[in-house]
Formats: sequence, structure tokens, C-alpha cells
Amino acid sequence: MRAADSDVAGLGATRAIAFVAPALLLIGVFLVFPALWTLYIGITNYQLTGPAAAQPRVVGLDNFVSALNDALFLNSVGLTALFVFGSAVIGQNVLGFVLAWLLRRVRPSLRRTVEAFVLLAWILPGPVVAYLWFAVLSRDGGTFGLLLNDPATAWLVEYPMVSLIVFNIWRGTAFSMLLYTSALAAVPPTQLETARLVGASGWQTVRDVVFPHIRGHVLTNTLLISLWTANDFTPFLLTAGGPNHRSEVLPVLIYRQALESGQLGYASAMSLLLLVGNLVIALVYLRLLRRRA
Amino acid sequence: MAGIEITGVSTVYPNGVRAVDDLDLTIADGELFALLGPSGCGKTTLLRTIAGLEPAAAGSVAIDARDVTRLEPGARGVAMVFQDYALFPHMTVAENIAYPLRVRHVAKSRQREVAAQTAGSLSLGELLDRRPGQLSGGQQQRAALARAIAAGAEVLLLDEPLSNLDARLRLEARTFLKRLQHELALTTVFVTHDQAEALALADRIAVMDSGRIRQLGTPREVFQRPADTFVANFIGSTPMNLLPGKASDGAVSVAGARLPVEVDLVDGTPLVVGVRPEYLKVSGAGLSGRVSIVENLGVTSLVTIECADGTLVGLTVPEQEEPAVGEALSVSAAPGRLLLYGEDGRLLGSR
Repeated sequence: MRAADSDVAGLGATRAIAFVAPALLLIGVFLVFPALWTLYIGITNYQLTGPAAAQPRVVGLDNFVSALNDALFLNSVGLTALFVFGSAVIGQNVLGFVLAWLLRRVRPSLRRTVEAFVLLAWILPGPVVAYLWFAVLSRDGGTFGLLLNDPATAWLVEYPMVSLIVFNIWRGTAFSMLLYTSALAAVPPTQLETARLVGASGWQTVRDVVFPHIRGHVLTNTLLISLWTANDFTPFLLTAGGPNHRSEVLPVLIYRQALESGQLGYASAMSLLLLVGNLVIALVYLRLLRRRA
Repeated sequence: MAGIEITGVSTVYPNGVRAVDDLDLTIADGELFALLGPSGCGKTTLLRTIAGLEPAAAGSVAIDARDVTRLEPGARGVAMVFQDYALFPHMTVAENIAYPLRVRHVAKSRQREVAAQTAGSLSLGELLDRRPGQLSGGQQQRAALARAIAAGAEVLLLDEPLSNLDARLRLEARTFLKRLQHELALTTVFVTHDQAEALALADRIAVMDSGRIRQLGTPREVFQRPADTFVANFIGSTPMNLLPGKASDGAVSVAGARLPVEVDLVDGTPLVVGVRPEYLKVSGAGLSGRVSIVENLGVTSLVTIECADGTLVGLTVPEQEEPAVGEALSVSAAPGRLLLYGEDGRLLGSR
């Protein structure tokens, strides 16, 4: 009786496994295996060329120890934190919410137009938008320089992190805007009207009425965009980590270590450290979410 | 002195619906006023227009002789209780009640004082530290009322204040609301689709339909002399008899009977004779027919008799005088309780 209860489709175990096998195989080949492989080569001295490429040797935790003592790695950790905090936690979050909040009460046609433009920035392929921004920010003929009547400034070279942060806010705000738009629809209108009737200002309404309702959404949104931003590789297309490592966020550093310097084992170890960082961020958010419930 | 003066107000929704249509209304200071009508008649829109939540497309709203038509809701000196109470779920009862004061940056100690005082007068004193989710429906309603009162407004607006309560609680809340309004002497406008609620609570009632006022008067006037057949139909817990008839020889013939009432109309003029089941009595003469249905209403029974031409007439009889189904009965109206409506549905007079 119990077996029949759990087997709603009436397939039987063998056929059920046969149905999910292709999906499991794909997940195994493209997700599980590379992850385990990264784990493994992270503890070897595997290289792209040379004797260590043919016969990698297990070196234990050496790669991790040297990464944590590597000034370039620590520099990248700091830049990544700045990138995540500036462009995601503050930038996309706040701008996304402000857009959602302001677009609530405008004409539907205007709202749809703004949403379409914001979404466009999000769905265009990374190389395309990177090229567009390169054209906007570059020296001698960049649109931004021409607008400011200052064509000599190479924005990506002189202010690389600021440029990356502005770029990533522009690129990723759509997700936060969409999420907050639907979150705001869940705030009971009569509570907003009660706030209006007692004369609450916009800020008081957001703080006292709206925010308590959407706290869960804020945490989820911040978690997702933080992880995406921490792992984002698009900065490579704009600055390639330069000048002189000044915009070398972790994914860029890992890429350069692995494919430019050929240190596959060392780069894998750094990937693992980035993964651990992501996990820590996720755990903190999950704890905050649980405390709310 | 916070009366409400509504002059020529129209409220039009973006889809072109005129929910309130060129409406004039004066509500006196301290009055308990009901906006009554079926759903979609514009009563809630009118209330929201007074509050400023809907902009008036035309006309003006004045509160306490001050034109507030273009003012934000928060600047009008009105407080409103919504049908779903709109209590903030993350705040305690005390924080909810004191919220209007918090918005105005009143000192914390003063906020607590006002919350405790208002809650006390609405018998919520024990519940100050609870969250709305931990309150019963009646307690939530009183908490919402307390918040509205704590706002210190001159006008209190209530949107379907009793409709979310179960039947028994509703009667208690009705009595409570009437006493509270009497004590505070706060100009109060409430919206309801329940005619019994409007009759029981209000000092005056406006019966609305399609964005206009059909009749304005005290509960007694609206109940006894409905201005047209729409109001006649809408008011009363047992539906009013509206019988088609016509003038003949200076009297009225209806359902095969000649009613001995004088009318000054050309013979053959179509009429509608309206009479409440409560005002019909079993008698020797008048409308006659056979009892077809008897419904027990508790103290009284609603008896439906079918006249020879098929017209159905309802009347209430005391429970101990309940007739048997099939019995022949003649009924006539108490003097002055017969209402005559013209073909257009307007009241011509009573006999």
C-alpha cells in the first residue's frame, strides 16, 4: 500500500529511473564532474604546459596557503567585495526598488516603456553590452567624454572600479526592479492608503508599511544579485583586470591565473575559495531570513 | 464644527466609468451618516472621494467650511477605517494605534499615553502588546477604530465597518459603534450595502444608485416613504409588495380588487401600489387570494398569498395566527401605509 502511495504515476522504480537518467547524466557531466574535478586539481600542481601538465603531483593545501598569502589574491578579494557591495547590494538593490516604487503610479504606457529599456540592458549578451560601454567610456571619441567635453579621459583606465560598478548597476538593475515590482503588488493597498490618510511621507510609508512586508524579498534579491555579481566575468571584457590589477575581481584573476599564467591547480584552488565565500554569504542571508520567520 | 459639504462632485475612473455623478450632499456636524446602496452604486467611491483617495473630476468637497478638494488625504483632517481594517501586521496594537502620532513625530511617552487611553475606551487595554494576527475579528475592528480615533481627525469615514464580522458579533458591534459615535460626537460617514445596518445605525441615510442619490432622509422617512420603487425594493428585510394596477373611477384597481383609496388621476393611468408586508392585515375586504407559502421569521411569519390573477402578495402575521396553506384570505393595508408610484417609479403619494 505504501509503495503504491509513493508511486503515483504507476511507473515502477526501474522505468522511473530510466526517465530521469538522461537528466541526471547531463547534470553529472556538466555540473557535478567539473566541480569535483576542480576540487581535485585544486590540490595538485596541474599546469597548462610543461611537465606538471603531463604528470600533475598532489601538493595538498599548498595552493590554498599561497593564495591566502598572495597580495594579488587579497587585492582581488577586496575589489570583489567592493564590486558586490557597490553595484549589487547598494546599486542594483536601491535603484531597482526606486524604479519599482516610482513606476507604480505612472501611466501604464510610460511604465512599460521604462521597463522595456531596463530589461533590454539585462537581456543583451555580455560581449555586446561590454562593447557598447567600451565605446561610451573609451578615450578619444568615447560618448561620455564627448558629452562632458573631456575627450582625453580614459574612464576605464583612470576610474576602472567606478566604471565597472556603474556598468554593472546599469546591466543588472532589471532583475531587482522586476522582483520589487511583484513584491510591491503584495502590499495591501489599504495599508498604503492608511499611511496616506495619516499624512505619512513617502519615506515613512516605505519604512513603516512597505519594508516590513517585503523584507523577505529584499533578502532573497540581495542574496541572488550578490552571488551573480561575485561570479560575474563581464568585467574582463571591459578592463581585463587592469590597469595594473586595479580592477582584477576574483573571476578575472582566476581566469588570468589559469589561462594566461597556465597555473590550473592554483586557479582551481582560488575558485574553491570563491565558492566558499559564496557559501558564507548565502548562509548569512539564510540565517537572516530564518530569524525573520 | 466639522460638517461635510459636497457640491457637484463627479468621480471618474480612468476607464471612463462615472462612479459618482454630479452629486450634492451636506452632512451635518456630529452626524452619523450612512451611504447605502447595492454594490457598484458608487457609495465607496464617494467615501474615498471625501477622503481624497480618489480625485474628484468635478465639483468640490469642503470639510468644516474649508475647501479640501485639492488637498492630500493626510491634510484633510479625516480618518478612515477600511473594510479589511488595514492594521499593520508587524506592529503591536499599541504601535498601530499610536502610528498617526508617530508620523507626526509626537514624543514616545505621549504616543504610549494616547494608545493606552484610546485602547482603554475601546476595551482593548489588555491587548496593547498583541499583534493584529492574534486578535479576533471584533478586536481587530476596534483596534482599527482606535487608530482612526487616535489620529484626532474631525471626520471619521468607515468603509463597510461591520461586513467582516460574523452575524452575532455584527449586532454587538453595531450597538457599540452607535454608542461610541454618540460619545465622541464625531462626524461619521459609513458605507454599507446592508439596509438593516443603515436603518439601525444612521441619523440620516443617502440611498445611492448609479453614482447618484435616490433618496436622502432619516431611517424612518426612507423606510416609510421610499421616494421611488428602487428605494422601496432595496429597503426592508422583507421585500415590499409592488403591485401593478391602474386608476379607475377615482380609485385604484389592483390584482382583481378595487382598493377604496382616492386618486385624482385619469381612468386607466398605470400605477404601482407599494405596501410593506408588515403593514398588511388580514381583514374582511381588500386583496383576496389563497395562501401559497408560509415562511417562519421567528416572532412573525411571512405569508405569501396568490390572488385570482396570479399576483403574489406578502404579509407578515404574528406567529400564533399563522394560516394554513391553501386557506382563503383577504388583506388590507393600515391607513396611510399604501404608497402609490407612477409608471416612472416616482412616489405620487400615500393613502
